[in-house]
Amino acid sequence: MTEALHASAQMEPLQSVPAEKAEAIHVWNLHKKFGALEVLKGVSLTAKDGDVVAMIGGSGSGKSTFLRCINFLENPTSGVIRINGEDVQMVSDGEGGQYPANRRQIERIRSRLGMVFQNFNLWQHMTLIQNVIEVPVHVLGMKRDEAMAIGEQLLERVGLSAKRDVYPAYLSGGQQQRGAIARALAIQPRVMLFDEPTSALDPELVGEVLKVIGDLAKEGRTMLLVTHEMKFAREVASHVMYLHNGIVEEEGPPEELFGSPKSERLKQFIRTVS
Amino acid sequence: MMSETPLEAPIETFPIHKDSDTSGQARKLPPHRIVLILIGIALVASAIFFMRWDWLPNYGDLILQGLWRTIWILIVTVIIGFLLAVPLGLAQAAGPAILAVPARVFCTIVRGTPLLLQLWLLYYGLGSLFPQYPWIRSSELWPYLRQAWPYAVLALSLSYAGYEGEVMRGAFAGVPKGQLESARAFGMRRFTIFRRIWLPQAIHRALPTLAGEAVLQLKSTPLVATITVVDLYSVASRVRQDTFITYEPLLLLAAGYLVITGIIVFLFRRLEKLIPSRLG
Repeated sequence: MTEALHASAQMEPLQSVPAEKAEAIHVWNLHKKFGALEVLKGVSLTAKDGDVVAMIGGSGSGKSTFLRCINFLENPTSGVIRINGEDVQMVSDGEGGQYPANRRQIERIRSRLGMVFQNFNLWQHMTLIQNVIEVPVHVLGMKRDEAMAIGEQLLERVGLSAKRDVYPAYLSGGQQQRGAIARALAIQPRVMLFDEPTSALDPELVGEVLKVIGDLAKEGRTMLLVTHEMKFAREVASHVMYLHNGIVEEEGPPEELFGSPKSERLKQFIRTVS
Repeated sequence: MMSETPLEAPIETFPIHKDSDTSGQARKLPPHRIVLILIGIALVASAIFFMRWDWLPNYGDLILQGLWRTIWILIVTVIIGFLLAVPLGLAQAAGPAILAVPARVFCTIVRGTPLLLQLWLLYYGLGSLFPQYPWIRSSELWPYLRQAWPYAVLALSLSYAGYEGEVMRGAFAGVPKGQLESARAFGMRRFTIFRRIWLPQAIHRALPTLAGEAVLQLKSTPLVATITVVDLYSVASRVRQDTFITYEPLLLLAAGYLVITGIIVFLFRRLEKLIPSRLG
């Protein structure tokens, strides 16, 4: 009896969010191995609607891999992933790994997660507006006119209305990343996933992208954010996780984590990056 | 909302360069160009006045027929060849070994043997095998199978497919991984990714090469004359046999192929311009 209580307490880490908010993403005890190398050694996370979870950590800490496991760009080796209240069914590949049992389920889940990549990955053979309406039209089955109207609004929001018919190669990195954010917003995602969105940008372009992301956080969007921008994480995040060598070394509200870090490693990390 | 930052260099640039617009310069005629043009005109004029062209009216119909046949053989084989090249390239770039190996073997054989040999193997080999089977002789296909042009089309299509399969393999493999990954991340189905992202980008990468290969294909078409298909080239031989005039028909032939080449290059340029050049 007491054991069961303990187990469930372990499964649901305490969060500083009101209980009535619905759970958007729940990950428990996620492991990921690349061959013999274990990149994630049991990472858990629960994000409710409106949460902004920032993941920080040195390179090789597994934070990007963790994000990529959430929409199955990488197949986790083991662990539970529940998105939109849907448990993802996995089958064993017979070699110690596993892969999604139902491709359609993965596609459905992915179409509710707006991913923003480090290298933007806008489709190079399409103009900005075509990039934005591509997924609504060809995955979600939205009518073209409708998607266009939404797409134009979104481009306006990220300040790129004038560039709607421009191909990505003719845009600056900052503009491409803002375009990529508009593309992710176009699917009306339940959760936005940011994989180091400013790491590939020239320093002078970082601000424009962070401003867009910050605005999204302010309007209460649920976001998972892998970042190296500590100051930004501190400002926008409701919860910060510090990963080191594939485990969560420390986590908590940003004031606590950055203000009075407990672990020696985190103290050192904060000293080196700031 | 935000100030637009000046353009910076793209992350990745496509290895084709069509940015330089020289049309402004080309319109100016420097003196040496004028001299060259005059020499050209003089050459054409002397060819017209000093050579024999009296045979031309008698063969006008035949020439047009040959020209038409050359052009449709070219178009049909390039289209069929390309349609075969897409799966051949895809199988080699991303397919399982059971598909990749046969595709590679096919491309190697086609590219490793002379087209003339392939043409003859199909026409004299396959073509002489068919009549031995009564069910083929009685089938509806027989009226076609006893003619030469199906073998010509087949051989030229397979040849184009063999070369382009290799080109498409490189084009598919060259599409950056991130382009496909972002499509997956948004829940696109595999066929949608192929149709909307992978294939268009691969074709754009391959277009300049495909144009060059189409020109080569044009210049392979005279080989069909060796299996009795009357194309543009075989008209020249006919004229020589009938009238013992050698050079004039050959000159006309050269001019004809040049014009068709010009048209192919022009059409592919137009096609390339449909998509912007700085594709990454």
